[in-house]
Amino acid sequence: MSAPVEEHVEQPVSRPTLEELKERKEKSRQRVREDAEVLTVSMGPHHPSTHGVFRVDLDLDGEVIVATRPEIGNLHRGMEKLAEYRTYHQVIPLTDRLHYVASFAQNEGFCEAVEKLMGIEAPPRARFIRSMGHEMCRIANHLLWLGIHIMDFGAITFQQICFREREYMMDLWEMLCGARLTHSFCRIGGVAKDIPDGFEEKMRAAIETIPIRLREYDRLIRNNRIFLKRAKGIGIFTSEDCAAWRITGPALRAAGVERDLRKNEPFAAYPELDFEVAVEYDADVYARYLVRMREMYESCKIIAQCLDRMPDGPVLAEDAFHVIPAKKDVMRSSAAMIQDFVHVFRGPQVPPGEVYKAVETPHGELAFYIVSDGGPKPQRLRISTPCYYHCQATPALFEGEMLADIVGIFGSVDVCLGSCDR
Amino acid sequence: MTQFIFLIIKAAIIFFFCVGLAAMLIWGERKFAGWMQSRVGPNYAGPAGVLQTFGDLAKLIRKEDVIPDTVDRLVFRMAPYILWVPAAVTMALIPFGPMDARIFSWSTDLVVARFDAGIVLFLAMGSLAVYGIVFAGWSSNSKWSLMGALRSGAQMISYELSMGLSLVGVMILAGSMNFVTIVDYQAGAFWHWNFIPQIVGFMIFFIASIAELNRTPFDLPEAEQELVAGFMTEYTGMRWGIFMFSEYVNMIVMSAIMATLFFGGWQAPFESWNVVPGFVWLIIKMMFFIFMYMWIRWTVPRYRYNQLMDIGWKVMFPLALANLAITALIVTVK
Repeated sequence: MSAPVEEHVEQPVSRPTLEELKERKEKSRQRVREDAEVLTVSMGPHHPSTHGVFRVDLDLDGEVIVATRPEIGNLHRGMEKLAEYRTYHQVIPLTDRLHYVASFAQNEGFCEAVEKLMGIEAPPRARFIRSMGHEMCRIANHLLWLGIHIMDFGAITFQQICFREREYMMDLWEMLCGARLTHSFCRIGGVAKDIPDGFEEKMRAAIETIPIRLREYDRLIRNNRIFLKRAKGIGIFTSEDCAAWRITGPALRAAGVERDLRKNEPFAAYPELDFEVAVEYDADVYARYLVRMREMYESCKIIAQCLDRMPDGPVLAEDAFHVIPAKKDVMRSSAAMIQDFVHVFRGPQVPPGEVYKAVETPHGELAFYIVSDGGPKPQRLRISTPCYYHCQATPALFEGEMLADIVGIFGSVDVCLGSCDR
Repeated sequence: MTQFIFLIIKAAIIFFFCVGLAAMLIWGERKFAGWMQSRVGPNYAGPAGVLQTFGDLAKLIRKEDVIPDTVDRLVFRMAPYILWVPAAVTMALIPFGPMDARIFSWSTDLVVARFDAGIVLFLAMGSLAVYGIVFAGWSSNSKWSLMGALRSGAQMISYELSMGLSLVGVMILAGSMNFVTIVDYQAGAFWHWNFIPQIVGFMIFFIASIAELNRTPFDLPEAEQELVAGFMTEYTGMRWGIFMFSEYVNMIVMSAIMATLFFGGWQAPFESWNVVPGFVWLIIKMMFFIFMYMWIRWTVPRYRYNQLMDIGWKVMFPLALANLAITALIVTVK
């Protein structure tokens, strides 16, 4: 199920061709000597910059990486197995813990998959709230990423500043669902709640402030010679490599491939929203930075559109067999109470079959594969997380690079070990 | 005999000045980092958290002193002191005021050592400090430490050269290596100071001193994101504390040297301002450079290893040579 990568179309002069990129990649990699005397070091799992509990054995020739052997699984929580013992409703909080920086995106992906299996659709208002949630996650995730990424190159202050802006999104999430990290806000057939009073004004203020701050950061980073020197031309991963290692998300778009599931396989309210997919062509760490920055600007625009175009109406589908009723109805109508009872104690009715559904999360394409035998619990749940593939590609990404750069390169593909290990 | 007692007193004052200022600087840097990062910084211990360092000191002393089994114990224990004693020694060369100053009825030089080969001693001590880091990295018997030590060795060698060369210009101008003579040479208002004819030399010295101090953007030996803590990885408790401490002592020394050699030492910027005692001016100048160090540290990312070498050998070394040649030419023609 590796993503179909489109043909690399003819680029204008400024855009490097695949051959040029390969040449650059060859040049940027320090030559690994055949007779190198290697020093093997174990990097992680408690190394400060492996973004979690990633461990990798590095064979070093001086400072040049000769070979890498990644090891994952330190954060394995058996999520896929746990899901087999829970009803579909109860799996939603589990998906939060996949990638705890953008948990709503994972919730939504799971709910989309289940809805596809059930053959139901969320009402329009819920779909707009979902799109908005996705973009809020994207901004929060990319801001966190930006801070950590610059910190990987040694500038510590940046991380703190980015956290300040991320706080806007965290506060808004708190307002929306009471949680800052593990939202569990999505429901099968809609979302948990309608947006509260005062949310819209706060959100509009936030999406006005964030682009201003982003431009400030952009100026700081783009004028920073040390960062440019460090980030340009390292970690080149061409569209071919991306297809071979199934690298998705911003890293793929930085390699010149215009693939974004929000456009290619639209979900939530994305078909009704206008936005551009950020694409860069240099395929290096700096290009990935540019893609993420542009995505944040776009996200702010999408949120504004969501707020403008959001129709009135219910936020949960009216479907007694598949949808858990809203809490306020449970206390008032006996039918809703019975529905709630059945859903909580038995679970939803799901037709037998299997389903695969992928969504675009901030760090790449997240897919859920569900096999149902008709019971209230999934017979099998498999999660294909982008971070797993990103970790898998580390040998190809690291080899021939210098030790100082690999933390930056590893960060530039954006890896969350919670999502990788599941 | 009186002179000998004075010497002891002066040495003690300089030593405690260094230690006390270093303690304040640790607090200062944390506070400064807090402001830079839109947070408060230490604020519990004492007013505005000034006692934070002493609290940390008490904690570090009480901590278990872990020495891993496989280390070379003697060298492992020795390394922290090797790093910071040379720095403190250099402080003895810095004149804090005029010679033959009158204190009540006695007269004394306001410098611990009026040493004729001052600059050479400073460079020698600077070279010794690298042993502290290399010993720490080697004796720790850890790969991360070793890598930090190797980086540090390479870095210090390539930067010491341009650092030494950048000082030769000052030596030629003043015609002496004695810090006291160099300060006297810069007597008068600020346009007599060395930084004006030696602006290139000063820039090279400043950049090289950042590399000597292992601070961002040249903090490769302890690059946290790459090497865990570099040469300090295996150290705990007070031994680790001494490493941290020595970084600040080194910073004080470097800024004092810069103020003395390039910015007139204890001289006031205008002659009429000399009513304020010389050491106040010196400390103000030192604080300015320390502020610069902190500012740079909390702003910029780190260079890569090969880029660092490139700058050292391909940019700074030729520049320092050119600066030296031009200075020599001008002095000869005059």
